[in-house]
Amino acid sequence: MNREITVNVCMGTGGIAAGAESVMKALREEFDAAGIKDASIRENCKLHKVGCRGFCARDVLMDITIDGETSTYQYIEEKMVKRLVKEHVIGGKPVTEWMVGDDYHTFHDNQEKIVLHDLGKIDPESIDDYLGVDGYKAARKAVAEMTPADVIRTIKDSGLRGRGGGGFPAGVKWSFCAANEADQRYIICNADEGDPGAFMDRSVIEGNPHAVIEGMIVGAYAIGASLGYVYIRAEYPLAVSRLHMALDHARERGFLGEKLFGTDFSFDIKVKLGAGAFVCGEETALIASIEGERGMPRAKPPFPANKGLWGKPTIINNVETLANVPPIINKGAEWFSSIGSEKSTGTKVIALTGKIRNTGLIEIPMGMTLKEIIYDIGGGIENDRLFKAVQTGGPSGGCIPQQYIDLPVHYEGLQSVGSMMGSGGMVVLDETDCMVAIAKFFLTFTQEESCGKCVPCRIGTKRLLEILTRITEGEGRKGDIELLQELAEDVRDSSLCGLGMSAPNPVISTIKYFRHEYEAHINQKKCPAKTCNKLLTFFIREHHCVGCGMCMRACAVSAITGDKKQPHVIDQDKCIKCGSCFDACKFNAVLKE
Amino acid sequence: MEKQMEETLESIYQKSVAHGDNIITVLQDMQNELGYIQEEAVYWFAKRANIPASQFYGVATFYSQFHLNPRGKHIVTVCSGTVCHVKGAQRIVSKLKEELKLKGDQQTTKDMAFTLENVNCVGACSIAPVVLVNDKVFGKQSPDKMVKNIKPYKE
Repeated sequence: MNREITVNVCMGTGGIAAGAESVMKALREEFDAAGIKDASIRENCKLHKVGCRGFCARDVLMDITIDGETSTYQYIEEKMVKRLVKEHVIGGKPVTEWMVGDDYHTFHDNQEKIVLHDLGKIDPESIDDYLGVDGYKAARKAVAEMTPADVIRTIKDSGLRGRGGGGFPAGVKWSFCAANEADQRYIICNADEGDPGAFMDRSVIEGNPHAVIEGMIVGAYAIGASLGYVYIRAEYPLAVSRLHMALDHARERGFLGEKLFGTDFSFDIKVKLGAGAFVCGEETALIASIEGERGMPRAKPPFPANKGLWGKPTIINNVETLANVPPIINKGAEWFSSIGSEKSTGTKVIALTGKIRNTGLIEIPMGMTLKEIIYDIGGGIENDRLFKAVQTGGPSGGCIPQQYIDLPVHYEGLQSVGSMMGSGGMVVLDETDCMVAIAKFFLTFTQEESCGKCVPCRIGTKRLLEILTRITEGEGRKGDIELLQELAEDVRDSSLCGLGMSAPNPVISTIKYFRHEYEAHINQKKCPAKTCNKLLTFFIREHHCVGCGMCMRACAVSAITGDKKQPHVIDQDKCIKCGSCFDACKFNAVLKE
Repeated sequence: MEKQMEETLESIYQKSVAHGDNIITVLQDMQNELGYIQEEAVYWFAKRANIPASQFYGVATFYSQFHLNPRGKHIVTVCSGTVCHVKGAQRIVSKLKEELKLKGDQQTTKDMAFTLENVNCVGACSIAPVVLVNDKVFGKQSPDKMVKNIKPYKE
């Protein structure tokens, strides 16, 4: 018995939530019990924890590879481990009924992975694993063999654009910073992923933290920075601990610290925990936060590349942007720019979520159409409902309707229909989602997160939200749509920073494409998607009601009456339209209209 | 002020001087040690470091991470990101409020056992709706599942 056996268990946040830790523990115990401790096998048998491979909806995912032959299993639980070890690891026969199906492969086969390439394959807590996939080769090449100007030229030529939302060419930004006379420069990695519906930065740091560190080393060398910061959300405890571990390992191996790769270049990285403010994703606000102040943006120029942290030239790059840097240095600008479209090169990591069958983290070449993403990778709409819209770019983006399903996904494409790439969140909405309520949801968020410094954003978002709220509650007035449009444009045009400038986008785009829904709410006092409870009437269908009393117990205002095993009735005068009875009924007897 | 608290604050102060910590870090340390940002502690620190207390409050009220009131033993955090929202996070909140007997804007139960909060996004959207109890992540939740999941914490 001298087989090469590798078992990989997905241990990102998704995997751990699904019970990966107990699966891992069970595997260790089974291995011990089966005597796989035995030296001849032990040397060739590896049990790995790996980062997220994107398909978290199927967690716990596990690969068993024997002599190069890989079988992938899905929905693995602790109790299934015994059989897997006995039949597959020892017996050599895969347990076919637990293996992933074709949809797992179509989900992956339609992607093109640069940033996510090694996620799910390497152990994020092992620097040797990263070195095994050419880790730190790009840093060595850049620092020891290239001049800073060469590095900047390579990144410029690759066409890499900022992946955090703005899409500004990274190489150009670096060259601005390098052009300043200064005794000190800084590079900051923005991992303050605040967009609801986006988790690419978390997954990349959890799954391959060294790639981000390596990108920062290359960037720091290019602009001449000796100190870098990672500004990361405190809400991501696993990512924070893996990042700290990776930094320690990198220091031990001499990839961070004094005189790197035998040159005079020195560089180290500090971690700063964000304290929970969405506006800190904005560059100048982020800098204020690192300095320990309230995270409020300031007017630009001067741009941070000229005057940033502690008044020194500073480059701020997003996690995904930095993770793209090592492959570009290794494989060259031409290789990178051959992927994607002319103006948007490379790939984009997208958090594909919402009412879709295959949710998860994907990476696509820029320019792939929405249709390919939603149907080929995403597997179509959940529960066979109808596709309605896809929301991209988080609270700063917009909703794209059915008629643009063939739209290519890249910076220009999304902008042309009034949305944006943002950090790459994509939330698919179906016929049961009310677009007015979606706009209201985003405004609730931006209104809360507005820092309050400038008037248009502070008061404008508040007023927008008030109007949207009254529309969803049946108090909408004639002229409200026009008022929303006018106010939205004012907020967009006069706010100080990106948060305020983009906050009205959800309103503008939903009015543009779903005006009829606004009109139905205002004129007919109806919610076509049946989600705005205040505009609905709840009643019980006599023939479907079995008189179980579930709805009666769920009702907080005792509006439901009825005898046991007899049809129940809702008293419309008492009903507060909370929807509890609808959720409680197991027989579809409660209707809302 | 109790002696123990003063010692805690003094050690935070010494650490902040040694590391050049800023106000955010000091407040984070303070909250880790004391559970929440206590008025008494802020004034003590302001005097010790010779920084106006208003600066501490300016920062503490700006960031959602800081709490000015005591919190319960277990923190139940319902994610209210976009995906959790469209998948029914609000119904989970209503159910939990009912289950924990929280009224109106009340966040912490009378016996200080639970605090119910929401967070904009925990970045686990593919297993939405998500609820955290302390540091444990519960994915693909429903109102009924969540009622069961918080039971073990009620002891």
